[in-house]
Amino acid sequence: MRRALAPAVVVLALLGAWELYVDLGGVTSLVLPAPHTVASALYQDRATLWSNFLVTAQEIVFGIATGVAAALAMAVLIHFSATARRAVYPLLIASQTVPIPILAPLLVFWLGFGIAPKLVVIALVSFFPLVVCTLGGLETVDRDLLKLMRTFDAGRATTFRHVELPWALPGLFTGAKLAAVFSVIGAVFAEQAGATGGLGYLLGILPGQLEFPEAYAAVAILSGFAIALFVALAAIERRALPWAYQLTGESDQ
Amino acid sequence: MPAKGVTTDVIQAPDQELTAASAVLAAHVTRTFRGRRGEVAALADVSLRIETGEIVAVVGPSGCGKTTLLELICGLQRPDAGTITAIPAALMPQRDLLLPWLTAIDNAALALRVRGAGKAQARAGAQPWFERFGLAGFERAHPHELSGGMRQRVSFLRSLLAGKPLLALDEPFGALDAITRAEMQVWLAHVLETEGRTVLLVTHDVEEAVVLADRVVVMSPRPGRIIIELAIELPRPRSRTDPALVELRARALSALGAPA
Repeated sequence: MRRALAPAVVVLALLGAWELYVDLGGVTSLVLPAPHTVASALYQDRATLWSNFLVTAQEIVFGIATGVAAALAMAVLIHFSATARRAVYPLLIASQTVPIPILAPLLVFWLGFGIAPKLVVIALVSFFPLVVCTLGGLETVDRDLLKLMRTFDAGRATTFRHVELPWALPGLFTGAKLAAVFSVIGAVFAEQAGATGGLGYLLGILPGQLEFPEAYAAVAILSGFAIALFVALAAIERRALPWAYQLTGESDQ
Repeated sequence: MPAKGVTTDVIQAPDQELTAASAVLAAHVTRTFRGRRGEVAALADVSLRIETGEIVAVVGPSGCGKTTLLELICGLQRPDAGTITAIPAALMPQRDLLLPWLTAIDNAALALRVRGAGKAQARAGAQPWFERFGLAGFERAHPHELSGGMRQRVSFLRSLLAGKPLLALDEPFGALDAITRAEMQVWLAHVLETEGRTVLLVTHDVEEAVVLADRVVVMSPRPGRIIIELAIELPRPRSRTDPALVELRARALSALGAPA
């Protein structure tokens, strides 16, 4: 509980400042609704927001899962083949500079208005941090450990399975935590390019109807979901890889 | 080539073929590394022969190419000149390098897993050794729960269970405190006596070399050359205060140029 105190104070202070700024006429409430009108929109439109949230949440969870699978495959390919590294790495970086709003309409054209183009967009934005962090893990395996495995007659695949892959898992989790945050923005852009539901879809139409309080409510839900995903991944990591935490706490007795 | 007036125990360079009795035969081995600041000669014309069942310690100052020699013998590097023939060796690295996600017994059984044994089968293979090595009850402990000495014993067991006839120990106790190190040396002497493996022990601790080995090879600073070889024909278990041992230790130290 005490750990929640500091962020709660910061959030409350920011909300208070925002409320004052709008109430004292710093900006018209048409463009920036005050927190209390956002809160009331959050409550009044809860049914609409919830059903659209479920659509987006589903896209994000499956999109990250797709991204993890693809990134793991790519990291392994790059790790095992210097040629693949040279051939693919520049493209990987370049692919991250293509703005999603440019790419998303093409994906809708190809894949339709269903969940498929959203999965592709989310997997795409998750892909880069996942690949880079996983490769980072694979490359920091102790050289002496690899030598030891060679004197045990372990081939590359065996060494990968017993040493390198477990070693890289904390990196994969770091990548997944970054991906969880990026994927929320990815989902919004993907839905705005063509969708029949989702919080990003709502955000595409609400400002046109001057429904700013509800739009801000949708943003609040997205932020909350990103934080929840991040915390959930950290909790899973702590359970699945307790050794990664004990390492940092290790002393020489 | 006797150096610095030391004339004893110099063994002739072995130019003959690896015989049935020889475990390692290195002839005129040279190894040079190319770094950013030009070439660094790690080993210069090193010849060494290790007989089967022999415990040979290589001592020398830091950076004398001891580890290079060990890796050449393990087949992890190739010489630039000269030849090396050696029976299959398992490495025991300086730091224990136990895998933090595995329990002690799974770490010890790693080589068995690598050779294709199932988890249960590999554990069954390692289990009897936990009793013998004073590790009973710690099978399911993770590395961070073990003391430095225990970790080193698990690490040694892991290399032992690779089943190679030659054990290549790279400063196995270098990271331990002095008291634990002395305990581990006594322990290792006992284990090696009952195991009967051929052992190459690389260390910068002259006393460790003299206590454990049948023969001590003293190397010069870079580029590493063999200065002298001392045969340690003392009965085991050895006492550190035995005058004969103390004298051999002094001879090794003076060959290294250490103040008496």
